[in-house]
Amino acid sequence: MAKNVTDEETRAERREELIRGRPYEILRALRSALREIVSDRVGLFGVGVVGALVILAIFAPLIAPKDPAAQDLTDALKPPFWYADGDFANALGTDSLGRDILSRMIYGTRITILVGVSVVAVSGAFGTVMGLIAGYKGGRTDSIIMRVVDTQVAFPGLLLALVILAVIQPSATTVIVVLALNGWMVYARMTRGVVLSVRETPYVDAAEIVGCKPKRIIFRHILPNLTSPLLTLAVLEFARIILAESALSFLGLGIQPPQVSWGLMIAQGKDYLFSAWWLVTFPGVAISLTVLGVNLLASWLRVVADPQEREKRFAQSSTHQTGAGTGT
Amino acid sequence: MRSLDLSERPRGQGPSADEPPLLKVEGLSVHFPVGRAGFWGGRKLFVHAVEDISLEIRRGETLGLVGESGSGKSTTGRAILRRIPITTGRIWFDGQDITHLKGEALRHLRRRMQLVFQDPYASLNPRMKILDLVAEPLVVHGLVEHVRDAADKVAELLELVGLPADALDRYPHAFSGGQRQRIGIARALALEPDLIVADEPVSALDVSIRAQVVNLLQDLQERIGLAYLFIAHDLSVVRHISHRIAVMYAGKVVETADRHELYEDPRHPYTRALLSAVPIPDPRVQKQRHRQILTGEIPNPVSPPSGCRFHTRCPMAEERCAIEEPPFEEKAAQHWAACWYT
Amino acid sequence: MSDPAGSLLEVEDLDVRFFTRRGTAHAIRGVSMRIDRGETLGLVGESGSGKSVTSLAIMGLIKLPGKITGGDVRWKGTSLLGDSGERSLRKIRGKEMAMVFQDPMTSLNPLFTIGTQIGEVLKHHMGMRKQEARERTVELLELVGISSPEKRVDQYPHEFSGGMRQRMLIAMALACEPELLIADEPTTALDVTIQAQILELLADLQQRLRIAVLLISHDLGVVAQVCHRISVMYAGHIVESGAAEDVFERPGHPYTRGLLASTPRLDQVGSRLTGIDGSPPDLVNPPSGCPFHPRCSLVVDRCSEEMPPLEEHEPGREVACWRAFVGSVGEAAGAGALGG
Repeated sequence: MAKNVTDEETRAERREELIRGRPYEILRALRSALREIVSDRVGLFGVGVVGALVILAIFAPLIAPKDPAAQDLTDALKPPFWYADGDFANALGTDSLGRDILSRMIYGTRITILVGVSVVAVSGAFGTVMGLIAGYKGGRTDSIIMRVVDTQVAFPGLLLALVILAVIQPSATTVIVVLALNGWMVYARMTRGVVLSVRETPYVDAAEIVGCKPKRIIFRHILPNLTSPLLTLAVLEFARIILAESALSFLGLGIQPPQVSWGLMIAQGKDYLFSAWWLVTFPGVAISLTVLGVNLLASWLRVVADPQEREKRFAQSSTHQTGAGTGT
Repeated sequence: MRSLDLSERPRGQGPSADEPPLLKVEGLSVHFPVGRAGFWGGRKLFVHAVEDISLEIRRGETLGLVGESGSGKSTTGRAILRRIPITTGRIWFDGQDITHLKGEALRHLRRRMQLVFQDPYASLNPRMKILDLVAEPLVVHGLVEHVRDAADKVAELLELVGLPADALDRYPHAFSGGQRQRIGIARALALEPDLIVADEPVSALDVSIRAQVVNLLQDLQERIGLAYLFIAHDLSVVRHISHRIAVMYAGKVVETADRHELYEDPRHPYTRALLSAVPIPDPRVQKQRHRQILTGEIPNPVSPPSGCRFHTRCPMAEERCAIEEPPFEEKAAQHWAACWYT
Repeated sequence: MSDPAGSLLEVEDLDVRFFTRRGTAHAIRGVSMRIDRGETLGLVGESGSGKSVTSLAIMGLIKLPGKITGGDVRWKGTSLLGDSGERSLRKIRGKEMAMVFQDPMTSLNPLFTIGTQIGEVLKHHMGMRKQEARERTVELLELVGISSPEKRVDQYPHEFSGGMRQRMLIAMALACEPELLIADEPTTALDVTIQAQILELLADLQQRLRIAVLLISHDLGVVAQVCHRISVMYAGHIVESGAAEDVFERPGHPYTRGLLASTPRLDQVGSRLTGIDGSPPDLVNPPSGCPFHPRCSLVVDRCSEEMPPLEEHEPGREVACWRAFVGSVGEAAGAGALGG
């Protein structure tokens, strides 16, 4: 430490840096995250899929070649462009009402994102808060909340959803509500687990001895430990919700026409499975790819968030490349 | 926000006998419920972690609390800090009965009693900067508005514990074990407490670093007049840093004496065995020592032995020891022990 | 001194590196040592010194991201490294060379009885049958001082205390009558009175069975009690070696002196613990020349330029220092009050 600058000045400078420093740190973290993604093919695929999904959803009106609801019975059941009677106007063919499959798929991403994000947000928020309360307060509060969780988990979720939706008018909103009601328990359990284990750590103990009030303990010391596992869980749940929504829409209890959902497209196309295979196949592939991509993203996130995992991968890759070499 | 004004504190000339004690513990017992036994689960089981102990610490004094696992020393430290429920007994801090303090009053007490942890790696929140960590006590007790206002005081504290002032905008992982322990000490000093409970503060550190931290603690005591409850299992370190030592076994204090007295004239057989078991880093001396090796294991804290808890392993045990528990008495000046035969 | 032909274990110029994202940590550099039959060698050092890594390397237990990158380990003349070495190692490990680890709590499988675990070793290495193995197990438990061994044989690890578990581990290690016992911090996790029991046991076994022991510890007191010779390690190098009594009485390396001056002695109190200024070096970016030079109060220019070799400065005393034995014992180490 050079002492040629006066202590006062250095101290003042440092304080300024501290206050202004945080955005810089975030930027640095983002940049290193970017570097990580690019080097990991699997993760890159996951991020690519989710990225594409988001872009398609936001810019659907600009990207989709046609209006998804526009019917043209003269053009019904046209095959995709590589067939003799197909053309690029309807690149992936049309359905029984002459609607363009490609445009419908692009618009379908909107529902996918809307339902997925909403359900995750609502059930995640509610579940996390419940888990926090249960974990931090302990005792009877914990028991009661956990018994509620156990009870609800014991109910067959999708069946319950079906029953509710059969009674109420199905729509995008009701789908979101029902799926959220079904999905909060896993967040509660996970959050409670993290809270219970973090509470025992010496630094939380230290915070309490120093005199911190419960609110500060929760927000300052416990919550930051939740971001990583919650993020991974949310992404995995997102994948599950997409599948659930597709299933509901397929059964007619989810998204209703004229809105478009991939599950709905499959329902509408199932009668033509052998004559016009493209009605079912493209939305089906879309669902699969999306779920796969999201799962890969989650698995990449898990590795990236855990420094030990990163070390392990590094060790394996470096000794692979260089044999008994000196590493980097 | 006044800075750490060392002149206001009583100079640490060591404890004086006529001053009332800073901390007084009387008849303290801590029992933890651990479940049930008996056919219908009617009988409740308890771990008798600490049983009827008494001790005192005077201002500026270091009381070493030494014992092996299951002795109850850490539990005692926590009970004194009011972190765990007390089954029976009383604790007085600076004349005030703190046994049943709750809520705000208890939080207020924290300003005068602090803790230094054993594990320097786990006791600092890895996501907080050093500035935040050391300033937290000040913020929480309303002594500063924002963390940034405390930057000067934090820098002062860091320098007091021998760390560079620019450490405050770094994270704990940038520091070694010994440095982290210093940060923990700086945090404990932030509120200018009268008593610091140090629970195995150097056990997790390397030998050469241990010496640095022990010296630091001694220097701080001299400069600021802090009192320490130094809990450890390493008798060599405890003897070095303490004025008085209390030896615990299976939840009871078996002997308390001044550090020289304890070494030269140990009265309790357990103390004698403990002293002889401590290895001395000198092969010549070590070979010549008479080593009294204890047989057996530490008793089960759920059902401790009847009478004197040490009787199952004691080389001097007689019939009486298994039946009646010996009282904790003054055997010589300022030298207390609980044994029928000394 | 005993002739090289009689050496049990020889380590020559051993080099071990760990590959991490931050960089390559050079955990052990050019470490050489020898253990002869029936002697106890103590390997002393703090964290990062490389003492545990040395024992793992000898036993062939270094895993990714670590790798042995140089040197040789020889057992009775046969190398234990490389492919053919691997084969020899598998035959020797557990049988002629056994290891006892630090933490008895996690070293024993909680799902199997003690009898099963020790029996497994006997069946595998000695080809014993079930009944024979059981008898031998009871014998071993008695050897290590466990009372009522016939009953204990069928109990599970959780039914024992820490000290007893450590005895079990020693029993398991001794099952095949090894010639070398490597004990890595065998008493660190134990209470003082239990530690005394275990050390007494080790000394007793060593005398009765004439096994060689490599005892690794950071506790100078433990080493003083049990070892004939000691080697002091710092930052992956051996910096001093010699008979235990000699090294403790007249340490030649400033680090050894500093270490001794930092260790509180139960029988001497009042003098201030000197400590050693600074912290152990970063093994990824170690200091140039002698790794101890930033903390050494005897440092001269040469220390930062060239690493001193481990040489015999006096008969039977090897020290790796340009200024070995210079100055009195008290002044050598950095007198740190409030070090970094």
